[in-house]
Amino acid sequence: MEKTARSDVAEKAWPEEVKPKGFSRLAAVDTWWVLVVAVLVLIVGLVQGKPKPFGEIFTFLSDGILVTLRLTVVAFAFILLVGMFGGLGRLSGNPLIKGLASLYVEVIRGIPLLVQLLFIWFALPQVLGNVGNALMGSVPSLGQWLVNLKLSPFAAAVLGFTICYGAYMSEIFRAGIQSIHKGQMEAARSLGMTYVQAMRYVILPQAVRVILPPVGNEFVSLLKDSSLVSVLAVPDLTRRGREYMARTFLSFETWAMVALIYLVLTLTFTRIVAYIERRWSVGR
Amino acid sequence: MAEPIIQVRDVHKSFGRVRALRGVSFDVYRGEVVVIIGPSGSGKSTLLRCINHLEKPDAGTIIVDGIPVDDERTNINKVRAEVGMVFQSFNLFPHLTALENVMLAQRVVRKRSAEEAERIAREELAKVGIPEKADSYPSQLSGGQQQRVAIARALAMQPKIMLFDEPTSALDPEMIKEVLDVMLQLAREGMTMVVVSHEMGFVRAAADRILFMDEGQIIEETTPELLFTAPKHERTKQFLSKILH
Repeated sequence: MEKTARSDVAEKAWPEEVKPKGFSRLAAVDTWWVLVVAVLVLIVGLVQGKPKPFGEIFTFLSDGILVTLRLTVVAFAFILLVGMFGGLGRLSGNPLIKGLASLYVEVIRGIPLLVQLLFIWFALPQVLGNVGNALMGSVPSLGQWLVNLKLSPFAAAVLGFTICYGAYMSEIFRAGIQSIHKGQMEAARSLGMTYVQAMRYVILPQAVRVILPPVGNEFVSLLKDSSLVSVLAVPDLTRRGREYMARTFLSFETWAMVALIYLVLTLTFTRIVAYIERRWSVGR
Repeated sequence: MAEPIIQVRDVHKSFGRVRALRGVSFDVYRGEVVVIIGPSGSGKSTLLRCINHLEKPDAGTIIVDGIPVDDERTNINKVRAEVGMVFQSFNLFPHLTALENVMLAQRVVRKRSAEEAERIAREELAKVGIPEKADSYPSQLSGGQQQRVAIARALAMQPKIMLFDEPTSALDPEMIKEVLDVMLQLAREGMTMVVVSHEMGFVRAAADRILFMDEGQIIEETTPELLFTAPKHERTKQFLSKILH
């Protein structure tokens, strides 16, 4: 189990028998730097070298970058929470909890993310309004609250991503928890710990190390999928790109810049995840 | 004689169609060392695991220190805190150091302060002979050292009973003695122990009573002297002839 948790980019990228050693291994690590530096140089070069239109595009997109990052980070925090409880739910001994968790995961994984986002943004207010009206007679305060509830585009996007990615994250947590040998739970319980204590102090800390690589992948996927929120009027990077293009009709320049910015972001986060993985596996 | 600390009465347990235990009854008294021997698949481990309710018996009753362990109203965690268990595969927590392994349950179950838990943990690690390994992770320890940390982890809870489930079966021969020495010392100190093991050296030196199990039943109850000189049952004789080359 320590073996799988210990993963470093250079080791993963090469099959065991051709794994480069010494100097050539250093070169493998360096390809990442070369790539990031190249992309950064390209962006800066375009912005500095041709301020019109590239400098202008970058300035126009910059607040979109912040929206994309904020959306990704906020949604991911909720996704981790849902994933943990969803994963525990799927492993629950209680058939009702297990059934509900499984239903959630299976249904949500079967519906495209874009459709879920559109449903939450366009159809959910209507559903909540109808529920609210129905509750007006019995619980007027809750009914009124539901009728008046208006999600901001940002909140709707966070909700949509949490529901959708939460289902995938539940499966990652479930697999991670199941990968911990059952002797660990038995040892913890035999010392008098409750199920919750054993999970919290023994199982989850080990499972988290195992699932770190797929969780990191999810983060990077989410960063890219966040571009879908441009349909909900969230002014993210992609949305800002569309707005600029609609104004100037500079399709190539605009989308090239958007693509390069996403690329820098994903490369950077991939690297950060790999770094955290290595730090966590030290000495274990 | 005083009230037995463990009373097992007519316990049955099946896994699917396999009948692991079919009507097992025995008592263990305070300070006794009871060793369970028998061929593999005879139900020894299952019986041991029923005592602290890691397995739930299908029928029968088990009373530990006056508390019926399979009663719905019993808080099983309270019972388990008083019954230490040592496993064949050690089951140390690999993300914690030896010291942290021994401290964890003291902190969260016994609610001891960090200082007190650490003091007791260091005492127990010294007792099992590896005080210098406090800051090592399990992966940095040999099998024998890991098992001794596991014993220290159980002892730090100051249990009334210790259960050992084939504690030396997963060890290389040169490490078996260091674990058995710790167990012998515990036995001499008067700890109540139920041990599943085929270490005849330990049986000879420490066992007060021996239960021989076969096919889910206790078929002979004897003492070390009688076991080696005059086994009553034919199957006991056959088994002994196989393990005492």
